[in-house]
Amino acid sequence: MHGIPVEGFMYPNEIELQWSVLIVLYPFLTGLVAGAFILASLERVFRIEEVKPTYRLALLTALAFLLVAPLPLQLHLGHPERSLEMYLTPHTSSAMAMFGFVYLWYLMAVLVLEIWLDYRHDIVVLSQTTTGWKRWLYKAMTLGSDNISPSALALDHKVGGIITIIGIPSAFLLHGYVGFIFGSVKANPWWSSPLMPVVFLFSAIVSGIATVMLVYMFLCRARGEQVDMRCVDTVAKYLFYAFLIDFTLELLDLIHRIYEADDSFRSLDFMVHTKLYIPHIVIQILIGTLTPIILLAITQVVRMTAAKRKVMYSLAGCLTLIGIFAMRWNVVIGGQLFSKSFLGYTTYKLGLIDREGLLVAIALTILPFFILWGLVKLLPPWEDVQGSHLEASYGDD
Amino acid sequence: MNITRRRLLYLLPAAAIAWDAIIAGTPEAAPNYNMTDHWWGFLIDVTKCIGCGTCVQACQAENNVPDGYYRTWVERYHVAGWPEENPTVDSPEGGKHGFPPLEKEGGKNFYVPKMCNHCADSPCTQVCPVGATFVSPDGVVLVDQKYCLGCRYCIQACPYGCRFINPQTMTASKCTLCYHRITKGLTTACSETCPTGTRQLVDLKNPNDPAHKFIETHSVQVLKPHLATQAKVFYYGLDGSVR
Repeated sequence: MHGIPVEGFMYPNEIELQWSVLIVLYPFLTGLVAGAFILASLERVFRIEEVKPTYRLALLTALAFLLVAPLPLQLHLGHPERSLEMYLTPHTSSAMAMFGFVYLWYLMAVLVLEIWLDYRHDIVVLSQTTTGWKRWLYKAMTLGSDNISPSALALDHKVGGIITIIGIPSAFLLHGYVGFIFGSVKANPWWSSPLMPVVFLFSAIVSGIATVMLVYMFLCRARGEQVDMRCVDTVAKYLFYAFLIDFTLELLDLIHRIYEADDSFRSLDFMVHTKLYIPHIVIQILIGTLTPIILLAITQVVRMTAAKRKVMYSLAGCLTLIGIFAMRWNVVIGGQLFSKSFLGYTTYKLGLIDREGLLVAIALTILPFFILWGLVKLLPPWEDVQGSHLEASYGDD
Repeated sequence: MNITRRRLLYLLPAAAIAWDAIIAGTPEAAPNYNMTDHWWGFLIDVTKCIGCGTCVQACQAENNVPDGYYRTWVERYHVAGWPEENPTVDSPEGGKHGFPPLEKEGGKNFYVPKMCNHCADSPCTQVCPVGATFVSPDGVVLVDQKYCLGCRYCIQACPYGCRFINPQTMTASKCTLCYHRITKGLTTACSETCPTGTRQLVDLKNPNDPAHKFIETHSVQVLKPHLATQAKVFYYGLDGSVR
């Protein structure tokens, strides 16, 4: 009926996959948000000065991805016009409904507020130095608050610090919760695991750090500037550590499943060795996890020139993103390929131009970078624009 | 033919009688139906099922179920012998047109009708982000078609594969236990048409209901009991190999 190849027996309603590549994209995008924010908070809260050049860029990256994150969900819904009901009449026992509030909290109370406070001085200056529509835009963005006296800026900095401290558990919550949406489905043994939120969180940190590192190196190159190697070395070090924790957690999950070998194990094990072999074993584990970990480990122990390190970091960063995307794919798609009867397997057919097809997925992946480009134009994250006023203004705060 | 006012007056009572005959098949509304007096469940006697698929056809006709989707279906199990890791199961078109002859010989063969288990602790209602799917006070899991977002989380959460997205409405759909019938004192379409009495509606609040008495006095089983969904579709004669 559905024209989808099936092996063995599937319950008849299971043959068609319910969650498509767009639902793969969604945790991937929110993961980048959470990761980018956590990298930004390293500088702010933990005073890791080396990563400072990426601070503002990380915040803007997080915002660009967070703005796009709900789009794949909207495109996927059978009735997107009813989606607001999740906020108006939420079902409190639903992980998905509560996630809507976590998302909104994170977007409005954490990210937008923190960016605004951090950029307020620049926005006020820009509203006075630009002309035409830009002047009006920046004026609107000041929200009527144009006091940039040192004491006002010191207050901004203080409040921003508090928001970052609130922001860290919020970012943990944001992506941990995405993991919970999958991990709490007891009907699906591939998903159902208390480790799922933790694995999602650490993979999010890994992907966010990798993205900011890549974007920073790319923008430096595009602007003809020297890459601050002290910064990139530190970011890469954190990427390496986060990746080690992430991989350890995934191994723990795997070992637990193998050792426990519950009623689903044989079916899932067969799937990993057949239908999921390429995306799981080859792309996620070998290419997307072990290779970047080895590359990053080499940069930690072998002395290399800056140029070589940049190549290694770029390669490791790209492979990391491929690996994390594959991880999302294997969770979302892999979790729907086997029958809940454990007696058969279906096939995922990725369309090209339909509403949930490949082209839409590619467009949604590229869109955050366009938004980021717009944000960088609107709110330049560079030191030269910031000037030295901030250092002076914050004083010994 | 000219219709005069006088002739129309003659025709009206005839038309009224004809209309009455047309709607005679429709059960009377049940103004006395009290939801809190019932707690609906279902009994499936696996030993009686002959795999004819009449129930699947009746369900599709009664509830306008689109082709390729199933509110109920019948599975055929072939368990070759012991030890066998996995039984061989098939359900061509949900068993709607019966089953082709089995090629394998020996072992044991039986049919298992499947449907929504109307779980008391249903995972599908738990996960619905807007509460479009809910358990009615008389124990039936229903979906509000005007409210469902079509997010498909409930389909993922159902351990039994009983839900699907109706491609016409783009909302979640499933067995309603023929709610439009049982609230009028009728039984479900599948029970009504089952030639062997395999499928029976059970009122778990009515101790005089014969199906209720059967459950109380016989060994019955629910599907996937380890998931603790408090399923209310009870199987009699269920083999351990059934998933």
